[in-house]
Amino acid sequence: MSKPRTLFDKIWDGHLVDVLRDGTAILYVDRHLVHEVTSPQAFEGLRMTGRPVRRPEATLAVADHNVPTTDRSLGIEDDESRIQVETLEENCAEFGIQYFSMADVRQGIVHIIGPEQGFTLPGMTIVCGDSHTSTHGAFGALAFGVGTSEVEHVLASQTLLQRPAKNMRVEVNGTLPIGLTAKDVVLAIIGKTGTAGGTGHVIEYTGDVIRALSMEGRMTVCNMTIEAGARAGLIAPDETTFAYLKGRPMAPTGEAWEQAVAYWRTLPSDPGARYDREITLDASDIPPQVTWGTSPEDVVPVTGAVPDPASAPDDDKRRAMERSLDYMGLTAGTPMSEVKVDRVFIGSCTNGRIEDLRAAAAVARGRKVADGVGAMIVPGSGLVKVLAEEEGLHRIFIEAGFEWREPGCSMCLAMNADRLEPQERCASTSNRNFEGRQGRGGRTHLVSPAMAVAAAITGHITDVRDLLP
Amino acid sequence: MESFTKLSGVAAPLPMINVDTDMIIPKQFLKTIKRSGLGKSLFFELRYDDDGNEHTDFVLNGHHHRDAVILVAGDNFGCGSSREHAPWALLDFGIRCVIAPSFADIFFNNCFKNGILPVVLPRGQVDKLMAEVAHVDNSTLSVDLEAQEITTADGRKIAFDVDPFRKECLLEGVDEIGLTLKEVHKVEAFETRQRAEQPWLYG
Repeated sequence: MSKPRTLFDKIWDGHLVDVLRDGTAILYVDRHLVHEVTSPQAFEGLRMTGRPVRRPEATLAVADHNVPTTDRSLGIEDDESRIQVETLEENCAEFGIQYFSMADVRQGIVHIIGPEQGFTLPGMTIVCGDSHTSTHGAFGALAFGVGTSEVEHVLASQTLLQRPAKNMRVEVNGTLPIGLTAKDVVLAIIGKTGTAGGTGHVIEYTGDVIRALSMEGRMTVCNMTIEAGARAGLIAPDETTFAYLKGRPMAPTGEAWEQAVAYWRTLPSDPGARYDREITLDASDIPPQVTWGTSPEDVVPVTGAVPDPASAPDDDKRRAMERSLDYMGLTAGTPMSEVKVDRVFIGSCTNGRIEDLRAAAAVARGRKVADGVGAMIVPGSGLVKVLAEEEGLHRIFIEAGFEWREPGCSMCLAMNADRLEPQERCASTSNRNFEGRQGRGGRTHLVSPAMAVAAAITGHITDVRDLLP
Repeated sequence: MESFTKLSGVAAPLPMINVDTDMIIPKQFLKTIKRSGLGKSLFFELRYDDDGNEHTDFVLNGHHHRDAVILVAGDNFGCGSSREHAPWALLDFGIRCVIAPSFADIFFNNCFKNGILPVVLPRGQVDKLMAEVAHVDNSTLSVDLEAQEITTADGRKIAFDVDPFRKECLLEGVDEIGLTLKEVHKVEAFETRQRAEQPWLYG
């Protein structure tokens, strides 16, 4: 009998075109997502070498990082941003790649639209010149971010040269209490593993809590896997996965669907499969999570306080904590609930899906954004926006005093006009609290959508459970 | 890609952990459609104040270390975004080698695609190097990829590991795409088999 294999092992083995003598593999890439920031130099490389795109139909492109979230009819004001978006459009036309333009309702953040269209399917290998490609692992696809040289490599050959990763399992047991979300789970995991804890590994998430999550929640967990240092996160496909995908525009239909599902059912890790590293977490007793520093591992329960650098395990970490506190303008020992916010951002590939907006609306309903707080909601895609409007969520947000914007990456990384001013403090549903990430000198606290709304309503970091019925 | 064989020059210490790619090159410089010209913006927030003047206390602004070709840094260097602009900015500045106890995966990989050698050494050795190269007289290091050896200013030899395939590609400045395309018949065979077994992938 053959050795029990993990989900990762099965997808990896199934995509080997060749293995070189030191174990480096030529790995076949089934699907490729492209956006405007990390692709221009790759297309330029193809032109310079006269190489065509091997399978244009296996690639889908969209502009998301630079697009304005205000009135689109005005175009893009910033010259460099506009040139980058136009360059993508021209490259797609030249090489025959499907492109969702800013005027297309299907436009949105690349990691939101892939799953939404059924472009992302279980068992696939998927890459994109973007570290949050890990999102697609929620479907049981091996999905990871690559650099621009590799974008070019995939365009030219539909393959990548890769070294195998190690297997890591993160098991989340228990039941999520009311007010707790996938975001809190993944922040708690990163707090436990550290931001380099998954380096060299692919993380497979298992356990009752993961099984009970919707696809949206699973995408949030896999999305932030890169913040734990692992390039890819994986969740075995199940009935929840199939139900989400059935009927999506690019998903298989009819007999092909049945055939695909039968194959997808063979993907989950075999009993007895070996993992190089295992971590277990009980979600029943985690409070809502919030970051205090400038690394996603700088996480505390909302009921906690800003930690003291004196408690750091070593000098490197102590220096990093001191630097973070200085940058964040915080003092050790301050209760998190006393930290006031100036801005609130709800959106991003981490938390810009319909379920996130529903969770946000549930807290915002009938309440008002605190005086002096600027709060914006940026749907992850045009289709998320349409659905939210059909459900009337936008009215709840607008009545509460939130700005209701057009889809894009927006203030997750502030490449467009949406950004923090120096020293402005933001409760954000995005994925990175790095120095300057949301604008030079801006101070980011990562939270769930429900927690972000709670902060908007009270004007300070707040335990959302206090606002729930 | 430019090959990497031997490198000798000034090494700059950057005693920080979790240096992320936003720190190496912030987002406002990602709007370029070229690979070149990013060196002046390397470590932008650490190097310049709000008016664009150099921070005198940042190592790469120092009289001596501004000519650095090697960087010695803390754990998890290059974490965060996949932006290849990070190695492009290092390269454009003149840095061809980064030494650290650990690197983030995507950044590590991106270095090899750009003729930059990332070297992983045990933390104790990195700490010692970090302290040594901070002094002008001891700041020169020599890196020999073929021999997989670093030589310090006082002649100490430090061995390092590197994956054989990546080493070969760096030494020869290999065009990896060209290399893969020589195996295109294997790619075609894979596609033929996959199309038969998983036809839904071929619409």
